[in-house]
Amino acid sequence: MEWRWEFAFEILPRMLWATGNTLLAAGAGYLIAVVVGLLLMLGQRTRYRLINVPVREVVEFIRSTPLLVQLFFVFFVAPQFGITLSAWTSAMITIGLHFGTYLSEVYRGALEGVPKSQWEACRALNFSTAYTYRRVVLPQALPIALPGMGNYLVGIFKDTPLLATIGVAELMHTANALGAETYRYLEPYTMVGVIFLVISLPTAMGLRRLEAAVARAQGTVQQ
Amino acid sequence: MNYWDFLVEYAPKLANGAVTTIGVMVCATILAVTISLVFGLMRLSHSTAVQVTATVYIEFFRGTSLLVQLYWIYYVLPLMGLTLSPFVSGVMALGLNFGAYGAEIVRGGIQSVPRGQWEAARALNMSAAQRMRRIIVPQTFPLILPPAANLTVELLKATALVALITVVDLMFVAKQINATTWLSAQVFGTALIMYYIMARFALTPFLRWLEVVAARKVGKA
Repeated sequence: MEWRWEFAFEILPRMLWATGNTLLAAGAGYLIAVVVGLLLMLGQRTRYRLINVPVREVVEFIRSTPLLVQLFFVFFVAPQFGITLSAWTSAMITIGLHFGTYLSEVYRGALEGVPKSQWEACRALNFSTAYTYRRVVLPQALPIALPGMGNYLVGIFKDTPLLATIGVAELMHTANALGAETYRYLEPYTMVGVIFLVISLPTAMGLRRLEAAVARAQGTVQQ
Repeated sequence: MNYWDFLVEYAPKLANGAVTTIGVMVCATILAVTISLVFGLMRLSHSTAVQVTATVYIEFFRGTSLLVQLYWIYYVLPLMGLTLSPFVSGVMALGLNFGAYGAEIVRGGIQSVPRGQWEAARALNMSAAQRMRRIIVPQTFPLILPPAANLTVELLKATALVALITVVDLMFVAKQINATTWLSAQVFGTALIMYYIMARFALTPFLRWLEVVAARKVGKA
């Protein structure tokens, strides 16, 4: 089968429209994951064992099981209990939870990366806990958390094709539909690959720059 | 149908699927490890051509999505005259994809062996191959294994995608049972628990054991 440019250009508008949906899914999913991750991290850091033990187990469970199975679980199980979730809602819940667990680990690692002596110094200066977090701990934790947070932004983006399996009209879904309509799979699938490459490589590069800039602004040197 | 009856009827089918999942995982891991070592070393080559080839490969497979690669290998390659079975396509896609991530781990590991070790090996008149094989590579294992272990768990989870190109793995069987019974909570719940058991109570302890062995071999236990 030969590559046909006129066909590629013909389907380009639909592919680009679907790319918008892919970006929307990745962006919205990421925002949810960032917040869920924060909640899960707080849940794991509380002193109350009744909260931190179950939260830790749930995080471990979600991290150890495939996103695809979780996606099907959320999408198909809710109707059994009389709740109908749209494909988009199921997708956002699953991505938010799945990557929320990963981000909670990133946050935890970053907070633990701030030396204990920083806390002790703040206590010695009689700073309140809130003030310590805001002015001393978080600014130092941010550069540590940034690479992990950036990786998962790109990670979510690259996992969005899975959403096609439950019917979210993103890139992969559109490529499947175009293939089924025209019996041409070469151009749609190749274009999906190229579009992913064109978006994820510059994003990854931009994130590296951002990390370097933040590290420089914080006065911490990065090799 | 209560959950016990469900298990009696469908657990054997799910277990069969899990066996395929493990088969895919083992084959893909072997391929991924090979690719990681080859491309990781190529990234450190003195030859610019070799280095660029490795970089292009790694960035390409890390920059596109695994599912896209899987579909491309399974649906597009046959159009060019190369037809692979679903199982082989799945193993190829997983191995090529995770090999690209692994290559970066290998590169990082080799680069973090102290300079002194390289210099000492040269001072002892070892050839480049000898130095790699006997001095550098053994020392990288304790450094490489923890991140490689994470990647292996990711690989196990990613095997679920091969169900989408009709490999009859755990996910595929779960989807099949769901389509005929609509006992979604039971079937996908059980599948999740089975993946969890494989990842947490089989794979992770095995990888921890490997880490301990590797550390002991270089006298760091």
